[in-house]
Amino acid sequence: MTTGTVIQEIQAPATTMAVALCRHHFPLLRQWVNGKPLIYLDNAATSQKPQVVIDAMMRYYQEENSNIHRGVHFLSERATLAYEDVRRKAKMFVNAAHEREIIFVRGTTEGINLVAGTYGRTTVREGDEILVSAMEHHSNIVPWQMLCEERRARLRVIPMNDRGELELEEYRRLLSPRTKIVAIAHVSNALGTINPVREMVALAHERGIPVLVDGAQAVPHLAVDVRSLDADFYTFSSHKMFGPTGVGILYGKTALLEAMPPYQGGGDMIRSVTFEKTLYGEPPYKFEAGTPNIGGAIGLGAAIDYLQQVGLHAVESFEHELLRYATEMLRTVPGLRIIGTAAEKASVLSFVLEGIHPHDIGTILDHEGIAVRTGHHCAQPVMQRFGVPATARASFAFYNTKEEVDALVRALHKVKEVLA
Amino acid sequence: MSSLRELYQEVILDHNRSPRNYRAMEDATRSVEGYNPFCGDHYTVYVKVEDGRIKDVSFIGAGCAISKASASVMSSMMKGKTIEEADVLYRSFHRLVKGEGAEEDAVGKLAAFAGVSEFPARVKCASLAWHTLHAALQGGGGSVTTE
Repeated sequence: MTTGTVIQEIQAPATTMAVALCRHHFPLLRQWVNGKPLIYLDNAATSQKPQVVIDAMMRYYQEENSNIHRGVHFLSERATLAYEDVRRKAKMFVNAAHEREIIFVRGTTEGINLVAGTYGRTTVREGDEILVSAMEHHSNIVPWQMLCEERRARLRVIPMNDRGELELEEYRRLLSPRTKIVAIAHVSNALGTINPVREMVALAHERGIPVLVDGAQAVPHLAVDVRSLDADFYTFSSHKMFGPTGVGILYGKTALLEAMPPYQGGGDMIRSVTFEKTLYGEPPYKFEAGTPNIGGAIGLGAAIDYLQQVGLHAVESFEHELLRYATEMLRTVPGLRIIGTAAEKASVLSFVLEGIHPHDIGTILDHEGIAVRTGHHCAQPVMQRFGVPATARASFAFYNTKEEVDALVRALHKVKEVLA
Repeated sequence: MSSLRELYQEVILDHNRSPRNYRAMEDATRSVEGYNPFCGDHYTVYVKVEDGRIKDVSFIGAGCAISKASASVMSSMMKGKTIEEADVLYRSFHRLVKGEGAEEDAVGKLAAFAGVSEFPARVKCASLAWHTLHAALQGGGGSVTTE
């Protein structure tokens, strides 16, 4: 909390060099863990927050807190304006056509559940098929599985090759008149693969099938343009893109949203209520029952502003080089096998060490101040596909450095030493 | 490094490298699967009980060094114990890894697991096989999880 003043003056860095300077905007990264400077490589689980995001949320609670869309008083109008302004920012962030296409949700998981529970339940019938990919996070499997169970529909899976790339020929074959929706990750959380979403959407659209894209792992790394991808639904979480937890965005095309039934019933989603009949509001409000996470949305707005100041194209090229370096360096560790070697990857490195369980890797790295994720990454089918029970995963953000990669490699040698 | 060495003691490293009683048991009285859904550690523990006494214990499965060594040490310590003695040992082990142990809990090779208490995230790894055997001795079949 001592550095707020420095952080206020973010310059828009034009080069990757300047991206590296953004590290000092993140107060948490200054701490020490187990007597070592913290090296935070668990960004695919959640990202750290820049001071501007923390400040924006604090300012909201100190100066603007009020309920939205209902009061006529000064504070309520101010909070409503601030909240709706985040909708506008999110619209610009993903290049949606209209603000009504931006629905606030709790996160990616709720975004997917919303689509499965409304669009899915009104369109999927017995014998229909829902198509997901072999590299999905559980959050893009389980809601569809539940729907399939309810509707006696069938979940089908787009396979992937040994590098962790989806097999597009097989995908083409799986698209059928029975397919009611395709649900795929933009970027795989366990493998880092960037899927060819634009091409996959086009193939589905040739058959009139809508596509939901799980963008949770994409938005912190890539500039996303939902209209260029032509995605029908695109959903992501604030906390993975340097904003707070508990809030996220679901984008949906207007025509689809208008035809969909409401998600939850309650206040704020209605036009009028009598005990005989309730008339629902228009999108996006008909999907936003109850008082939302207003403070969280304000934080997300600040995170969007921040990311745009840093510049996602600069982030992309900085991380591309960091990933290249980390991949090269990790390959020097004897017995290390990288899981996920797609040609197109975001800065996620999953790996296993011969004869050493990922949890033991995680504990020893932690002892060196290095935070990585170990386990199945909520993607058990991916682990099964690669024949490993779990992996260790280092996932990078633009505030990570090559020096941290070097420290990771030194620590991995230590893992081998301890468990030899 | 010191607390790391306390966690990864020689006994643990040795049992991880060459786990004892690592085999399926054809004539087991009971077998139970133990599973930690958060990390995927997964073992099947087999036990043969005759006249209230544990005649044989074995296990198969996969997991981290701590969970595997713990299953291995457990299997060798439990052989020949009565159900009551097994229960006492089970409780001692729990107190030990949770840092609530008295000196008498740290008997024999169990002492090697005292360091686990400093790593709260790893207590479940150490306990998995013990929970599983406990479930088997309590008469359950099927499976248990750490959750």
